[in-house]
Amino acid sequence: MTSGGKTRWLIWVPLAAFAILFVVVATGLMRPSDTTVHSTLVDKPLPDFRLDPMVPGKPGLASADFGQGAPRLLNVFASWCIPCIAEAPQLMALKARGVAIDAIAIHDKGPAIADFLRRHGDPYAAIGDDARSRVQLSLGSSGVPETFLIDGRGRIVRQYIGDIRADQVDQIVRDVRAAR
Amino acid sequence: MSLLLVLLLAAPAPDYGNTQLPDPRAEAQARELMGELRCVVCQGQSIADSDADMAADMRALVRQRIARGESPTAIRNWLIERYGDYVSYDPPLSGATALLWATPILLLALGAWIALSTFRRRR
Amino acid sequence: MIAEAGLGALWFAAMLAGLQLLLGVLALRRKDAAGEQAMAAIGPVAIVQGALVAIAMAALIAVFLNTDLSVKLVAENSHSAKPWIYKFAGAWGNHEGSMLLWVTILGAGGALVAWKERTLDRATHVATLAAQGAIALGFYAFLLFASNPFARLNPAPIEGQGLNPLLQDPGLAFHPPTLYAGYVGLSVAFSFAVGALVTGQVGPAFARAMRPWVLGAWVLLTIGITAGSYWAYYELGWGGWWFWDPVENASLMPWLAATALLHSVNVLAARDGLRAWTVMLAVVAFSMSMIGTFLVRSGILTSVHAFAVDPRRGAFILALLGLYIGGALALFGARIGQVRAGRSFAFVSREGGLVVNNLLLSVILGIVLIGTLYPLIAAGFGVRLSVGPPFFHAAAGPIALVLVAVMAVGPMLRWRQDQAEAVLIRMLWPMVAAAGTFALLLTLGGGMSVLSLLGLSFGVGLVVASVLPMTRRNWRRTPLPIWGMVIAHVGIGVSMIGMACDSAFTAERLVALYPGQATIVGPWRVQLDRIYPNVGPNWSALGAKLTVARDGAAETLRPQQRFFTDPPTTTSESAIATHWDGQLYTVLGQQDAATGRWQLRLWWKPFVTLIWFGGIMIALGGALALFGRWFKGWQQRRREALWG
Repeated sequence: MTSGGKTRWLIWVPLAAFAILFVVVATGLMRPSDTTVHSTLVDKPLPDFRLDPMVPGKPGLASADFGQGAPRLLNVFASWCIPCIAEAPQLMALKARGVAIDAIAIHDKGPAIADFLRRHGDPYAAIGDDARSRVQLSLGSSGVPETFLIDGRGRIVRQYIGDIRADQVDQIVRDVRAAR
Repeated sequence: MSLLLVLLLAAPAPDYGNTQLPDPRAEAQARELMGELRCVVCQGQSIADSDADMAADMRALVRQRIARGESPTAIRNWLIERYGDYVSYDPPLSGATALLWATPILLLALGAWIALSTFRRRR
Repeated sequence: MIAEAGLGALWFAAMLAGLQLLLGVLALRRKDAAGEQAMAAIGPVAIVQGALVAIAMAALIAVFLNTDLSVKLVAENSHSAKPWIYKFAGAWGNHEGSMLLWVTILGAGGALVAWKERTLDRATHVATLAAQGAIALGFYAFLLFASNPFARLNPAPIEGQGLNPLLQDPGLAFHPPTLYAGYVGLSVAFSFAVGALVTGQVGPAFARAMRPWVLGAWVLLTIGITAGSYWAYYELGWGGWWFWDPVENASLMPWLAATALLHSVNVLAARDGLRAWTVMLAVVAFSMSMIGTFLVRSGILTSVHAFAVDPRRGAFILALLGLYIGGALALFGARIGQVRAGRSFAFVSREGGLVVNNLLLSVILGIVLIGTLYPLIAAGFGVRLSVGPPFFHAAAGPIALVLVAVMAVGPMLRWRQDQAEAVLIRMLWPMVAAAGTFALLLTLGGGMSVLSLLGLSFGVGLVVASVLPMTRRNWRRTPLPIWGMVIAHVGIGVSMIGMACDSAFTAERLVALYPGQATIVGPWRVQLDRIYPNVGPNWSALGAKLTVARDGAAETLRPQQRFFTDPPTTTSESAIATHWDGQLYTVLGQQDAATGRWQLRLWWKPFVTLIWFGGIMIALGGALALFGRWFKGWQQRRREALWG
């Protein structure tokens, strides 16, 4: 390649391309990385579903149970999930403050759930049997535990990923109140 | 659609997470789709290559829906509705991905331009 | 004690790298006695630097072999019950250790150049060593200040945390060293290019001096990638061999650049053409290596292969990248004008074909780079997306096919000028072979994807085109580098055929069986005889005894599920039966709690081994070319010594 006329500027293209990529990558590095996968159904209606009961004496769960005028929490959990044990006290505290909580249990069996409830408390009005995670997938949830706040009109308002911490309880109560 | 979902959940089905569909053509369709869907709990694997439980659940979902005659596109869109574009390894054509899909064309054009100027100068 | 010695050696090596740079600058700027002394000293300094960093690496390996738990790295990554081979290889099975390996090869490369490189003019040789020292300095700093492998832990724990079981495999002993030797070996080419830009001496002599280093690194990189692909294939348990994962792409991108470079350097050596291309590609190749290192260790991209992530380390490496790549590219822009153009050539000519070759490889490189970085770019705009195989196949696949066609015709082109019609006639048989394969495959039906169909046909065409010129030559008189080219090109064709066959003809069977039951996959009958427990040095396992039979001939396969305690993980060890026409790949899955049946995953993959066999052929071709030239040079020197 000669250094003549038209293609003179071509030799600076690689440096320019590198400079652009450098800036892009540097800003990417400085941004706090969020690797959790969020559901994209927030602000959308709750998808239809109907699940069988898991434990005797407690009804199963259907989408029709939501959107009856009052906001409710939908907790995705399992008896084999360790962080679910950690958040159980917080769920009990929420129930004590008047928040209605339902649950779906994924990949689980009735006796194991009954045992879990016996040991860690039972804040749930209803528990649905989501043995093959179908409803979990239809909600855009990607792990346990997760909690969805559904408002009185049946719209998903917020998604809380991970176990609920003690310092989150007040905020959640406020969110529930605001979601009427 | 909601009726379909209710039926899906009511009827007992084989565990399609680790079993193939009986129809080979449907299975091939399902396999191709599974290779293009991202496992949302893994560090960068498709659901076809992952040991994770959720990946098996997603495979079961894909196979069941293919067996019911849904198109791969519909299934992919259903998942994208719930997890975002992140769940598809095939980036959809949109404003955000315009630059990505244009890259091969742009680079080829640049390459052709370099080639032409290299050879034109020589003549 | 050993750890402190290693750290001390590392510090010394770093100081020598700085000295190397200083001596180089001195030697090039001063024409007096001081400059002369600097010029004489830089070689020995580079050699001692290489020796010292090798000592540091040896110290780290020793500390791992002894399971010295007072060293933090050993405590976090090793375990006393681990087999010794994984203690040894585990030294580089983590971020700090592999970074030390990286820097060891960097130093060794410089030492080797100082010791063995004799044909380059003095000034460029010195500039090359100075550049190598400059690069080493930055990465020594990274190691010493941000990734110290020899940090101590006080008090020392009773036991280590163990090595990720996926890494406890012979592949760990083989894949990283060869990969890094290739990957980081390209730094020598980078330093050569920087050196030549500084002194302005870009010509055939420069190319001939640089060529063996490029070839050597490229051969090792090819082996490293091939080994990595095969390791992932048998280790991960799903039969995949390439995932377009960011870390895999990080090794592919330097390979693409190095392939273009090695062709370009040949043109420069033989015909004094493509001067700017060669220098640019040498800079780009190692730049890709450095970018790859950054991607793997900064945590900005999710990957199964990524090391423990830390954005601060990422920022450090990014700064080094800015310095070295930015500096080299700026130097290129400023100085390439000084380099006069080489000899001219027509479009239809071997040089022309190689320009097209370089362009196509660069385009593929660009596509892989943008595809890999795009999720990061999109995240900057708040969009979360994934870019995977569908994009890379669609975008790079067609261009790769065109490249294969160019590869087929290239060796048939004459230098400087050729006739298009004559070339087409020479390509007759390859085109017939490709078209014939295409037609045959269509009649077979079976719903092959377009890419597999074309890939197989083009692969056959390439093999025919590469072998054809050899039929007219005297085999014993043909120089080894020509053999090398033929074998390497045939290797690419063979590899493509393997890839297409795997994609199109794999038969899969996912079943749950009771012991005693059997199933069919492809032409094989697979029977689950029994499930039995098994025990290893640091694992326990459940194994399946499978009797597999085809056309009456039976053999036994034993896939396993292994349970490790440090760290607590389960891995599945696949059992593979390799035959001339493919592999039977078997994996034992979970037991179904409800029915008690055992999950089995079975694949019959016809001709899948061609993928890696082709890879070995490619490396072999390069090695032959390397050896052939070295041998010729050795014969020449001997002749000169004998006959005066």
